[in-house]
Amino acid sequence: MRILTFAEAIREAISQEMAKDERIFIMGEDVGIFGGPFKVTKGLIDKFGEKRVRDTPICENSLFGAAVGAAMTGMRPIVEVHYADFLACAMDAMVNEAAKMHLTSGGQFSVPMVIRAPTGSTNRGATHGQSLEAWFMHTPGLKVACPSTPYDAKGLMISAIRDNNPVLFFEHRYLYGTRSPGGKFNSEWDKKESLNTNVPEKSYSVPFGNAEIKRDGSDITVVATMLMVHKALEAADILMQSGVSIEVIDPRTLVPLDKEKIIESVKKTNRLVVASEDHLTCGIASEIIAIVCEEAFDYLDCQPQRISAKDIPIPFSPGSEDYVIPGVSDIVNMVGQMVGKKDE
Amino acid sequence: MKLTEKELLEKFYFQMVLIRTFEERVQHLFLTEKMPGTIHSSIGQEAVAVGVINCLRSDDYLCGSHRGHGQYIIKGGAPREVMAELFGKTTGCSMGMGGSVHLSNAANNYLPGVGVVGAQIAIADGVGLSIQMRNTNQIVVSIFGDGATNTGYFHEAINLAAIWDLPVIFICENNFYAVSMPIKKTMRVGSIAERAKSYGIEGHIIDGNDVVEVWKMTQSCVEKARAGKGPTLLELQTYRHKGHSRFDPATYRPKNELESWLKKDPIPRLKKDLISKGYKKESDLDLLIKKAEKIVDEAVEFARSSPNPNPSNCQNFVFG
Repeated sequence: MRILTFAEAIREAISQEMAKDERIFIMGEDVGIFGGPFKVTKGLIDKFGEKRVRDTPICENSLFGAAVGAAMTGMRPIVEVHYADFLACAMDAMVNEAAKMHLTSGGQFSVPMVIRAPTGSTNRGATHGQSLEAWFMHTPGLKVACPSTPYDAKGLMISAIRDNNPVLFFEHRYLYGTRSPGGKFNSEWDKKESLNTNVPEKSYSVPFGNAEIKRDGSDITVVATMLMVHKALEAADILMQSGVSIEVIDPRTLVPLDKEKIIESVKKTNRLVVASEDHLTCGIASEIIAIVCEEAFDYLDCQPQRISAKDIPIPFSPGSEDYVIPGVSDIVNMVGQMVGKKDE
Repeated sequence: MKLTEKELLEKFYFQMVLIRTFEERVQHLFLTEKMPGTIHSSIGQEAVAVGVINCLRSDDYLCGSHRGHGQYIIKGGAPREVMAELFGKTTGCSMGMGGSVHLSNAANNYLPGVGVVGAQIAIADGVGLSIQMRNTNQIVVSIFGDGATNTGYFHEAINLAAIWDLPVIFICENNFYAVSMPIKKTMRVGSIAERAKSYGIEGHIIDGNDVVEVWKMTQSCVEKARAGKGPTLLELQTYRHKGHSRFDPATYRPKNELESWLKKDPIPRLKKDLISKGYKKESDLDLLIKKAEKIVDEAVEFARSSPNPNPSNCQNFVFG
């Protein structure tokens, strides 16, 4: 086993691709000597120099706009924000420019850029803890990746860099791990077995639109993203003791979404829960459940359920944050209620 | 091949007339409801597109504005491609997917027009960065209106170009109104060019209706950018003879203001020059107008007879 932290896996992916392709460069606030707020880009400036690992002023919208311009003219930028919340500052560049150029130019221009966004509620308050993935699922022209393990993070990052379209790459901060330089959180998640995936040194890619069954099961399908995958796996362990078998599916990319694998699983288990950390209304879970209802309604034995953040801005106080963000017990309770139900 | 002054002025004159003829025809087609969508006419502002873009090499980049029909044509695009795009036809420069605001031409390095005021300023930075990193000795011009100069894009992106010495020329086409809002009500400083100082770059005000002046000034900025000496902000003062878009009668402007600007119309000004310098006779210039009309007639005919896209084909353009 070659164990890397999530952050190390992303760094290795970027480093390997940059070594192969001079068109790739990094732009963002504090990405250079500082190594990024979560040290994902640490050391890359020594390897590739300050022109390719480029520190910028705080100007997300223009920075992302500039990335669009560079991407349309032969470069392959990787841009990042400190917190996914700050994507709000760059919405025009992403939503009106990056996402639209291919269509509005009749296919003449592509925008191969990767947008790295550390996400998730990690006790940093309302503007440093939202999960905004669904905003971008709602914008045709953008792809959305959301890895849950170091193995997937490396492989998906390599796919993202090689993609000819703008890709939002969400990284849950609790997944970075204490062994990442700067990942100073000593969270319970660091000890998770499920995060200790083998990460081959050799370059490999995880294709987009290819969900993975993280755990086989027969009684209920739990589609989960990022940190929620690990919460679902923990819930699965707990429920196993009472004889309930959960199938955990990680979509790995939300756009494109591997509908087939999800529907196939629902046809097998006849029950569906979608667990994600974004807010409930118009969220990831809403969309996946709508798709399953449209395409596999007859296979459902009970109403599918959403496990999402409550529709409340993320509060700071740890207990309050836990109230808003779904935890392992929410999955256990929901699944417990659902497995007893049969479609009569 | 270097043109003589006579040849150059004649070229400028013809190009300005071509834009005007094109825009007037488009205006007519819209107002008679023969064309879908909306448009932003550049009638009155032709000297900007002609003076600026004639300074560029064919491989230099242009990030144009929503008022870009003329910019597209002078960058080397055929009028028929724009006309067909305005009709939403497959033969349009963006295959009918973009419309008036999103003209684009990869072969001429005319980047897709942006629909949101100011975005082209930041996009040009990225193009400049790409040029710098690829070391290709190209330059990029960003054209935007006075309305863009109060956006975050303007301030962030000009600062970014300044600190990185990017080969970008920022052309502010100041027609004094952001839709209906007069520029003097939107800023406390005396001019847009003056703002360049706060980013540590050069800024100049030019008579944007004097095509030769525009051309000369832009040329010096191009040389500077190509030599790696960084960006410049040019404020080209001009005036749109029509409203902001399709049906806007521009009643928010004082009547005598338009009259005074009509006297500074760039086309009659150059015409006077060409005649007084003995380069051309009035009858020769009339022939150029006829030539432009013929090109525009042909463009309309081409656009009208071109096929509409298969409606569902648009789904093929979502991802590249």
